[in-house]
Amino acid sequence: MSVGEVPGGRTARRHDEPALLAVDDLHVEFDTYGGVVKAVRGVSFSVRPGKTLAIVGESGCGKSVTVQSIMGLIPMPPGRITRGTAMLDGIDVIRQKVVDGEDIRGSRIGMIFQDPMSSMNPTMTVGDQIAETLEVHRGYTRKQAYSRAVELLGMTHIPEPADRAKQYPFAFSGGMLQRAIIAMAIACEPDILIADEPTTALDVTIQAQILDLLDELQATTGMAIVLITHNLGVVARLADDVAVMYAGQIVEKGSAEELFHECAHPYTLGLRAAMPGNDPTREQGLQAIEGTPPDMFDPPRGCAYFARCPHAMRLCEENRPERFEVAPHHYSSCWLQHPAAPLEVSGLYRGAAA
Amino acid sequence: MNALVEARGLTKHFRIGRRQVVHAVDDMSLAIHEREIVGLVGESGSGKSTFGKALLGLHDKTRGEVSFDGETLPGRYRPGDFQRYASRMQMIFQDPYSSLNPRMTVGEIIGEGLRLHSDLAGSEIRERVHDWLRRVGLEPDHASRYPHEFSGGQRQRVGIARALIMEPRFVVCDEPISALDVSVQAQIVRLLGELKSSMGLTMLFIAHDLSMVRYVSDRMAVMYLGSLIEVGASDEVFFRPKHPYTEMLIGSNPQPDPRIERSRKSIAIEGEIPSPVNVGAGCRFAGRCPKVMSVCRTETPPQYSVRDETGERRVACHLYADGADAGRAGASDSGGSSAGGSSAGGSSGGGASGGGASDGGGG
Repeated sequence: MSVGEVPGGRTARRHDEPALLAVDDLHVEFDTYGGVVKAVRGVSFSVRPGKTLAIVGESGCGKSVTVQSIMGLIPMPPGRITRGTAMLDGIDVIRQKVVDGEDIRGSRIGMIFQDPMSSMNPTMTVGDQIAETLEVHRGYTRKQAYSRAVELLGMTHIPEPADRAKQYPFAFSGGMLQRAIIAMAIACEPDILIADEPTTALDVTIQAQILDLLDELQATTGMAIVLITHNLGVVARLADDVAVMYAGQIVEKGSAEELFHECAHPYTLGLRAAMPGNDPTREQGLQAIEGTPPDMFDPPRGCAYFARCPHAMRLCEENRPERFEVAPHHYSSCWLQHPAAPLEVSGLYRGAAA
Repeated sequence: MNALVEARGLTKHFRIGRRQVVHAVDDMSLAIHEREIVGLVGESGSGKSTFGKALLGLHDKTRGEVSFDGETLPGRYRPGDFQRYASRMQMIFQDPYSSLNPRMTVGEIIGEGLRLHSDLAGSEIRERVHDWLRRVGLEPDHASRYPHEFSGGQRQRVGIARALIMEPRFVVCDEPISALDVSVQAQIVRLLGELKSSMGLTMLFIAHDLSMVRYVSDRMAVMYLGSLIEVGASDEVFFRPKHPYTEMLIGSNPQPDPRIERSRKSIAIEGEIPSPVNVGAGCRFAGRCPKVMSVCRTETPPQYSVRDETGERRVACHLYADGADAGRAGASDSGGSSAGGSSAGGSSGGGASGGGASDGGGG
């Protein structure tokens, strides 16, 4: 119906290559004492080989739950994936975790998390932890695995990797630990690295180092990156494609260039206006998005952004917006993109569909 | 302009173990003028929060002094001192989850300061609490609820009401928005801005989001490993940083524009902030500084006054020993000229000037 339809017959100026990972119509719910939380409500996106897709949104929008479902990290119960597929090379990784005796997670898809301190085992040396990944997934001997672990620490620019491998996580700073975790995630040369807020816990100087590292590793290994973040600066730095999530749905999707310069959804526009710009010549005020995201126990029937949208129309309250293709591969789920929508909104890109 | 709050040589060391001393804040001198917002930036562990707390007397001072409205505050507060100063100086904390007592209602939390530090009647306090709930964008009937019933942004509003109900003249905001979502950050910043102008507040705004600090504050102060290394008008420091560390700190800050981000090369700082334990002589940034000279390793740089458009820039760097920035005309001059050029030309080149730091000064 409204989501998951095949893009129209426009000539694509990119996206020609087949998607490496295609997520289609994903729905995830959680049972809680208060009722059922509908955390992800029909999310579809694809990841291109060797490219970076950023999923942007605020806390509770479902961006982490989305990637956790792909990685099989949703605790079930209380979680439930009620619908949807995530196809990697013809295999639905949501339903099939093991292919040819090998767990896809950790080998074909690597993942790094926000808090480096809690994503390592504090009772094992860093070298042993990385080596363990290779023993489990690649059947390396202990010795082979350990020497590869030291190499990997060197690849992530940890100084004196041989000495550092012998240390426990507590001896590492946050930035160094995030490097070690990246080393562990890329140990099996995954096709996709999922990075869930990889720099949120770090200082801006260390963040810059980690972003450089991810960039460099992508160039040398050709892996695709799925980057979960709420920081639009990080998105601008790394992303090729961007999906903006709000209340469990993707509201806008397109290239990074389009999302920043031809933004076609009021929520994306609102997010940008809520961050101070760095342009000294254009002194714009900071525009807050008033209100709070909707209650996910009982998500609105119409557009989820209705209650906070400064351009909402009466139609938006009851009718879920269709997905409009405003330019090739640039989608916006907003009624303002309807050809008959009367409103011209300043700063909002009105697409070809209109 | 009068300094409302002034730190002179403020030093705070923590003793850990027998010979280990953490130099959390070393010899900080900073004057904050009446009705001014000073933004304080730096990496974690640079001593920003310790400085803010020492200003308010929440930490005893190891050396140096703090004066408020001309009066020198005690080096070590006694219980009665908090009583005397609480109504003039307040603090808003970073984490809206851990800074509110979960066993008190929001009304009790906000009213507690008045109960302790004023002789107002209970009914009067209740009235003021209701009034403040409204002023920070909550409802009076929220007073009977507990903190866990509120979102992060709403809790931060409670923290603001708790601090401002005392009608202080000076507020230290310690990372008031770091724990919040982007859209909520803007709400809180706007609220603080409105209250600042209606109450005539003076603020120290501690944060690590450089773009936000530039937006919020009149002047920006940069700390590194316990020392103040640069201070000046926010836009001047942000767009024309003088200290090599400031230059790199601001260069590390990714800008929300892919065109700018893709066109510039990375300027990530090598290495990490060193340990503040038993710091020796010399410039503390010397170990990571790309422009390091031999003098930097032996002598601690004093604060040099450097000319800029506002004339009140101070930089703690030996490069500025001659008073002028002759030593490194490259970086500062190109920053100035590109700003002029973009306004005159308005060509496509203007977009690239935002980076500020490290344009091709190599030749």
